[in-house]
Amino acid sequence: MMRVSFATLAPPALVLGCAVLLVLGNVVPAASSPFHVPIFAVSLTGKYLAYAILALALDLVWGYVGILSLGHAAFFALGSYAMGMYLMREIGRRGVYGNATLPDFMVFLNWTKLPWYWYGFDHFAFATLMALVVPGLLALVFGFLAFRSRVSGVYLSIITQALTFALLLAFFRNNMGFGGNNGLTDFKDIAGFPLQADSTRNGLLLATALALALAFLLARFVVLSRLGKILIAVRDAESRTRFLGYRPESYKLFVFVLSAVIAGIGGALYVPQVGIINPSEFSPANSIEAVIWVAVGGRGTLTGAIIGAVLVNLGKTYFTSALPDFWLYALGGLFILTTLFLPRGLVRLFEAKPVAALSEVPATKARAA
Amino acid sequence: MRLVLFLIGLVLLPAFARAGDPSNAYSAFASGDYDAMAAAVTELAAAADPHAGAVIAALQAGRLYATEDGALLIRGDDGNYTDLLSGKPVAADEDTVKKIRMNNAVRRAVEAAEGGLQLFAADPATRRAAAETLFKSHDTAALSALTRARAKERDPSVAEAMAEAEAAAIVMSPDAPEAAKLHAVAVIRARGDLEASALLASIPSPTPAVAAAAHNGIVAIQRVLQLWDVAESVFYGLSLGSVLLLAAIGLAITFGVMGVINMAHGEMVMIGAYVTFVVQEIIRAHAPGLFGASVVIAVPLAFIVAGAIGIAIERGLIRFLYGRPLETLLATWGLSLVLQQAVRSIFGPTNRDVGTPSWMSGALPLGGLTITLNRLTIILFALAVFAALMALLRYTSLGLKMRAVTQNRAMAAAMGIRTPWIDALTFGLGSGVAGMAGVALSQIDNVSPNLGQGYIIDSFMVVVFGGVGNLWGTALGALLLGIVNKFLEPFAGAVLGKIAVLVLVILFIQRRPRGLFPLKGRAAEA
Repeated sequence: MMRVSFATLAPPALVLGCAVLLVLGNVVPAASSPFHVPIFAVSLTGKYLAYAILALALDLVWGYVGILSLGHAAFFALGSYAMGMYLMREIGRRGVYGNATLPDFMVFLNWTKLPWYWYGFDHFAFATLMALVVPGLLALVFGFLAFRSRVSGVYLSIITQALTFALLLAFFRNNMGFGGNNGLTDFKDIAGFPLQADSTRNGLLLATALALALAFLLARFVVLSRLGKILIAVRDAESRTRFLGYRPESYKLFVFVLSAVIAGIGGALYVPQVGIINPSEFSPANSIEAVIWVAVGGRGTLTGAIIGAVLVNLGKTYFTSALPDFWLYALGGLFILTTLFLPRGLVRLFEAKPVAALSEVPATKARAA
Repeated sequence: MRLVLFLIGLVLLPAFARAGDPSNAYSAFASGDYDAMAAAVTELAAAADPHAGAVIAALQAGRLYATEDGALLIRGDDGNYTDLLSGKPVAADEDTVKKIRMNNAVRRAVEAAEGGLQLFAADPATRRAAAETLFKSHDTAALSALTRARAKERDPSVAEAMAEAEAAAIVMSPDAPEAAKLHAVAVIRARGDLEASALLASIPSPTPAVAAAAHNGIVAIQRVLQLWDVAESVFYGLSLGSVLLLAAIGLAITFGVMGVINMAHGEMVMIGAYVTFVVQEIIRAHAPGLFGASVVIAVPLAFIVAGAIGIAIERGLIRFLYGRPLETLLATWGLSLVLQQAVRSIFGPTNRDVGTPSWMSGALPLGGLTITLNRLTIILFALAVFAALMALLRYTSLGLKMRAVTQNRAMAAAMGIRTPWIDALTFGLGSGVAGMAGVALSQIDNVSPNLGQGYIIDSFMVVVFGGVGNLWGTALGALLLGIVNKFLEPFAGAVLGKIAVLVLVILFIQRRPRGLFPLKGRAAEA
């Protein structure tokens, strides 16, 4: 069972504490005060934390089971779309065409009735459930097929990339019924709270921080349990684990689905804070970018994934506005330098010697392919 | 004896002359009777009278005049008149001659007659064009001219075109006998294109037998046309497949020998395309005459440039990451971002214009197909590159060492092969081939910094599908994926077709996790 230790409680406490501080900084001081936190900073932080949830999910499969998924942003985007569909339905008559049931883009495409898969998305609870179920189901089907036939290593990476690429192409199609190229946008409110209001945005940041904290605790519970030991065994010596009588594919499948569900939660919290979801979220480049967050922070640590996601995205926000041409050099360089010089990530950089609770096993010694 | 024959000839001659007595026909023009004129035009054309061409041309141009005594004159550009039959100049003015006018019936007869006259032209191409025109107009009036022209025709292909035109006229004529119509339907059916099918569908008031024959003909023609469609899909599929092959084959080499997934492979393709662009810019500026050879010059240059960059990547980056394939993947992805941005900084983010040499543009008709020369060139180029690589692997010392390292790296090293060198050369070779692929792609795709990204996922699919370490698998995988893609497109549209291919490959990997042709032996269990 999980020991209640500093390493377990500190990261979620820190995340929640920072979020509360930011919200207080926005609410309590007057707008003129130097301590006032502008609302865009609140939303930006909320976005980073949603990315951190994705990074956490990816670390769970990559860091602990050795599945390098290059399509994890697909689960994130599916969660986003589920929530985006709810937000679309919530617009109701306030849309440009004033149609109570049909979203604007369907009216524009001359559709007369709602496609069946949009039913139920007018309920917040249903949409939230779908944000978990749809990514989970996709991961279940895909993972079942892939792990059963022992697709692993770079092969698995490549077909996960193909999966997200196929979804990207599919969601670009207008007749898929998800808004095509433009995606879903122009949201008004969520569960009755207007999205533009500061209070809603503060609330969303707190919700995201809470979700991240809970996801962290859940992931940590999983990796520290007996199950977690087997996962690491699968990562480091899959054949040996199999010969010892375990079924690696079942363990892999469980973690893959769990990870997809966590990523879906991240997506569902992401979309109300950025106000748009479109197919480019599915692009393979996004998934690979998520991998570098984990790599920078340190894979197989969970904490590192969160730190990496926030740091890299802070850098992205800064560079894309200050030195737009420089950003891709920086990102590319980050990939190269991290893999060459920082294979264990930032988190472990500051540790003199590996702490058992944080780094159960040194980074994978992959065998020559 | 000769005298007797001569006498018989004398007796018979007027009878022959009567059959198409031109003087009767000529007098009809002066009469002002439009029906007689139309008949006369047809008659003159049918008789292939030496002056018929001149009369009809003059009628068309409105230059045919008649004197009061019925002689026909042609008014020249200078306003002077010449006698039609004798060709001598005649003194006449506006008051003494009458312009011959036409109504629609005469005009139709003139047009048909013009077509008929060209059937007897000296140039076979003109005769064929006339037959084609008559096939399209399927004018029953031209029937007799067609029959006679076909009897005289020496050129078999022109005779065939005439037979088709004749058949078209027969099926359209209301009074042709059923047997003739049935035969005509068979001739049109043999022609077998869309026009033939349309013609068969528009036969006026057919008898049941003719209608049945026509229906069968339409079905048969549609089947043939579908066959051509299939052939076209195969060609476009091969074209797409050869592009995929070019893009994927370098990847397959590096993956097979080194177990390294090079995410920057697409950027090597992109660099090859930019090399073509630079070569063309230099040629345009300094030696415009060499433009036709620009692509040929660019191929080895692209190989050298991309290969050198590849070796630099291997020495500077990848060799530090051996044994960590997933990290290699990430590092090369980072490199691809840097290379893209570098090209964007140097050449700008927009598409650059790469020209196609004249010998590669244009198309080649082949049956029902139009084969564009640039695509054909790329197919041949891909096959040549493939053959060269196979030969290199099979017959050279480097190829032998590369195969040894692929099969068992440790054993190869123990036998004295310097595996680091082989790795570097392999990576350079793979990158160089990608550069050559870039030259080919510059001819059919936009040359932009994102060029490589569009192909990288497809290339991976090909390598994964074909199996690692086996170039035959890569070739078969590329061509199969290309063809399947093109066959799915008409049913599902381009995007859904692509999605279907991706899903198919993902499912295929379930059945055969190591591709079509997996490596056997110890190397298989990596």
